[in-house]
Amino acid sequence: MLSPESLKKIDHEIAKYPIDKKQSAVMSALAIAQDEKGWLANETMNFVAKYLGMPPIAVYEVATFYNMYNLEPLGEYKITVCTNLPCALSGGNDVANYVKKKLSIGFNQTTADGKFTLKEGECMGACGDAPVLLVNNKRMCSFMTNDMIDQLLEELSK
Amino acid sequence: MTQFTQTLLAGVDSSDAENWQLKNYARRSGYSAIRKILSNKISPDSVIEEVKKSALRGRGGAGFPTGLKWSFMPKQYEGDKYIVCNSDEGEPGTFKDRDIMRHNPHILIEGMIIAAYAMGVKVGYNYIHGEIWDTYERMEEAVEEARAAGYLGNNILGSNFSFNLYNHHGYGAYICGEETALLESIEGKKGQPRFKPPFPANYGLYGKPTTINNTETFASVPWIILNGGEQYLKLGKPNNGGTKLFSVSGHVNKPGNYEIPMGTPFATLLEMAGGMRGGKKLKACIPGGSSMPVLPGEIMMQTDMDYDSIAKAGSMLGSGAVIIMDETTCMVKALERLSYFYFEESCGQCTPCREGTGWLYRIVNRIEHGKGLMEDLDLLDNIADNIQGRTICALGDAAAMPVRAMIQHFRNEFIYHIEHKKCMV
Repeated sequence: MLSPESLKKIDHEIAKYPIDKKQSAVMSALAIAQDEKGWLANETMNFVAKYLGMPPIAVYEVATFYNMYNLEPLGEYKITVCTNLPCALSGGNDVANYVKKKLSIGFNQTTADGKFTLKEGECMGACGDAPVLLVNNKRMCSFMTNDMIDQLLEELSK
Repeated sequence: MTQFTQTLLAGVDSSDAENWQLKNYARRSGYSAIRKILSNKISPDSVIEEVKKSALRGRGGAGFPTGLKWSFMPKQYEGDKYIVCNSDEGEPGTFKDRDIMRHNPHILIEGMIIAAYAMGVKVGYNYIHGEIWDTYERMEEAVEEARAAGYLGNNILGSNFSFNLYNHHGYGAYICGEETALLESIEGKKGQPRFKPPFPANYGLYGKPTTINNTETFASVPWIILNGGEQYLKLGKPNNGGTKLFSVSGHVNKPGNYEIPMGTPFATLLEMAGGMRGGKKLKACIPGGSSMPVLPGEIMMQTDMDYDSIAKAGSMLGSGAVIIMDETTCMVKALERLSYFYFEESCGQCTPCREGTGWLYRIVNRIEHGKGLMEDLDLLDNIADNIQGRTICALGDAAAMPVRAMIQHFRNEFIYHIEHKKCMV
């Protein structure tokens, strides 16, 4: 169900915890599965449950509790813009509006070509770098201006 | 500009891509604190005494005395014990732990090694905020370096002391910054806080004795061991020892982290952060992260940056996140955004918080959008009353406190919004 590379990464995480506490690796296992599949389908979560010896419901609970898991198929690039107060004081909403205009979509929508999904995010712990956005949960882009957004979207569109 | 002694980021050059590495940390006398302890056979109790002398207080928000917390761990316990580092930095306005981890990760590792030694712990976890993947990778590299150099693992530096450290990556839940929610999360569950007591020192990770400290707290320890608790205390002021990183965000010219001694005037910090953006007037400041009460600018300008001074001024030092708002800021809009945050992040376990945060947000939202009623102001107070102190964890208080302080200090602005159906600024 998951590639050997993903399983190797999950095994590396499992090894961090006591031998009878495999469940502790569920967050990273789901993140690794999501990196491979793009989102967490039930069958993916069921596989993770079996791999870690957990009841599937316990895995669903985790996947639905934490914000960064994708519970439905999204665009190739998920762009999350922080609009919390410190970012908003430094142009977070302007960035969000500019991306919306450029992509002709609102929050929680995906472009017609399936390339981009836009999300509104909560504090990313980088308020000094505001405005901040995150691409696919991993790549943080700081001090964003309209020009930098143009460049970023062009780079990702290739 | 005044130059202050630094205990956390001294000699750190964030523009150099290799500066964080172990060899460079060692050049800044890194790992000499743990070497000193092991070669001089300083006892675990003496280490705890030194931390008590320093008056180091928890840097994550609560400000609990660190040495005292360490002394709560059972000494004669036969089974496993744990230490956990809370690097789940998601309190709006706070971004200091990220800089410690990406620019000086080994100071955190050394601090945790010393803490483990002091409390007789063999395994530690560092729980890192989900959105900062690069920082997680940096910590993974740093831990590998420390392991390869013999600072982590079995028989550290040839002693009988063994300690292993692992990084755990979060995935987007503010509530996991609450220490028992964080433990649940490491156990692979929803991050819902536990009822206390029992406290983690008796029943923590996997039901074992556990001490949880903030990143900056652990990172403060090596300097204390090398220079002595009394020296650390002297850097700050009585009951407020040492230096602290303040994260300055919002309407300033140079947002960023500034390490200053406890008790430094707010005006000095503001000046270090480049002063007000565009030369505008300071209207308000949240001095300790979004959960803390807001203070009007004129009160802030008279206040010093330490636990006791900020408490006296009517707020809390919290995580040291200083959110600056100038005269163009609409306080209703500011509160609306913060209230949405707590509504979004409530874990849903306690009814007053789960339902109350939604009520707070919807009422502030209708005031902001010109549909508010005059009785809404009392209603907000009433809801805040019914949340504060009635929930398992402090998220409920964190949602209620900003509402009360905003209405207390900027009541006119809320009334203007309700009467004129528009913004005052």
